[in-house]
Amino acid sequence: MKAIAKYAALGLGAVVFAYPFLWMIASSLKPEAEIGGFGLWSPHFTLFNYEQVIERIPLGRAFLNSIIVSLSATVSVVVFGSMVGYALARLQFIGRGTLYAIVVFTMTLPFQITLIPQYILMVKLGITDTYLALVAPTLMTAFSIILFRQFFLYVPQALIDAARIDGCSELRILFRVIWPLSRPVVITVSLLTFMSSWNEVLWPLIVVRNRSLMTMPQLVTLFTIGGEAESLLGLQLAAATLLALPIIITYSFFQRYFIESMASAGIKG
Amino acid sequence: MKSFWLFNLPRHRYAKTGYWFVLPYVVFFGGFVAYPLIFSFILLFHRWNIVTPMEWIGLKNFERLLNDPLFFKAILNTLKFLLIHIPLQMIIALGIAVLLNSKLKFRGFFRAVFFLPVVVSGVVVTILWQQLYAFDSGLLNRMLTAVGFGRVPWLIDPDMAMLSIALMATWKNVGIYIILFLVGLQDVPRELYESASIDGATRARQFFRITLPMLRPTFVVVVVLSTIGGFSLFVEPYVLTGGGPMESTLSAVLYIYNQAFYFNHMGYAATLGFVFALIILGVVLLQRKVIETEPTT
Repeated sequence: MKAIAKYAALGLGAVVFAYPFLWMIASSLKPEAEIGGFGLWSPHFTLFNYEQVIERIPLGRAFLNSIIVSLSATVSVVVFGSMVGYALARLQFIGRGTLYAIVVFTMTLPFQITLIPQYILMVKLGITDTYLALVAPTLMTAFSIILFRQFFLYVPQALIDAARIDGCSELRILFRVIWPLSRPVVITVSLLTFMSSWNEVLWPLIVVRNRSLMTMPQLVTLFTIGGEAESLLGLQLAAATLLALPIIITYSFFQRYFIESMASAGIKG
Repeated sequence: MKSFWLFNLPRHRYAKTGYWFVLPYVVFFGGFVAYPLIFSFILLFHRWNIVTPMEWIGLKNFERLLNDPLFFKAILNTLKFLLIHIPLQMIIALGIAVLLNSKLKFRGFFRAVFFLPVVVSGVVVTILWQQLYAFDSGLLNRMLTAVGFGRVPWLIDPDMAMLSIALMATWKNVGIYIILFLVGLQDVPRELYESASIDGATRARQFFRITLPMLRPTFVVVVVLSTIGGFSLFVEPYVLTGGGPMESTLSAVLYIYNQAFYFNHMGYAATLGFVFALIILGVVLLQRKVIETEPTT
């Protein structure tokens, strides 16, 4: 009896969280007049909404822009973040404590305070409407440095010493000896960075006005609130589905990593 | 091995490597954190539209802020959001986490489904909920009318709109907190429950006397992350309501955005950002202190 109640509650919850997405995908394939219904099935499934969206806005280009921006942010955050994390955890140099304090300070700093001055910096450097402006403020994150440092603190010193005796440079030690041991933290940082970069809307809205440089969420946002969708629900839902699909597909493959990443990040953060 | 003199390389060789390793971050920090911070401080005392030269206006930005009803409206809206969002999220997340933590088939499946809205872009979630919340044709109102209730003015009524956004944000984010509570629950030592059972404590009593107090660190994280989230709301009101009706969903970040990019008031926008940041830090510190010291029983 108790077990039934438990499964019923969880099942209801699963419907509440999953059904809206299924409804969104199904409705995006229906003709406009049928979208109001609760059901998923329609005898008139059509790709009309998708054809219209792709005709009206350069979604393919936006997809490419998003990939370029998110991948460069991720690679940079992982490479530089692990270098700084390694230095803070395992290398001796003057000012190490101060630098760590600075990183922690940066992490607690609310972004509201640097938002406007960062935009002004982009204007002064003359790089608004470029890829550089889209990625620049996210090339390194205090958060990733702290996660890497935390993890690297527990790598056995004997391994590092052995590599040094073999004449490895510190860069080689980091990428050839320590990285292979640090898969969980590398995956965590990569997934979280990629996801937050892919889903970011505010910063692109601020620094990019040129349509051919817009990221996917930005373009979809402007499409929905601007006049282009002509308040046609089907078109908005099709655009939203196209925006959601890449992440949903990635998520279905790496679901466990996503959840574990979020758990470990939330606890340390 | 470590102390063997031949391999004990001079310290300064490592020191140099250390500097090379952190150099990129130091440059980044200078450009994207320190410089903006200093510049933000300068902007506080200026009027500037980015095009014409800056104009020194002393403390006028602060004076304006104190007399700006929209600034207080944005704070009030955020508090309203948090008042709904935090308790709702805690109850749902803890409830689901407790269920997921019991003996269960398909645990992985349930966990994955509850987490799905977390990974999907806020833009997608907002477009989707716009359809659910629509007054005439929205799914929620159709459901309500089908079972004999009246239509709810989810986004039209100024008293309701922010609550609707809080409900949507809870739906989107609760997956994170389910996971955090699950981790917290698994960290509670089993022996505590065993000895409590021996002493004859009921399940409910165990929950309130053992589980809840042991979860205190998780509660701190949930409250702090939600608060930061509330002050960072942007896409939801931007797409859903544009801040309306009657500024009832104007959020802190949306207001900064409007002042900077709609009115070109860079000085005032920077002042708003500065003050909101101070408020966030203050509130978060206060929450930590209260939750960490106050006994829950």
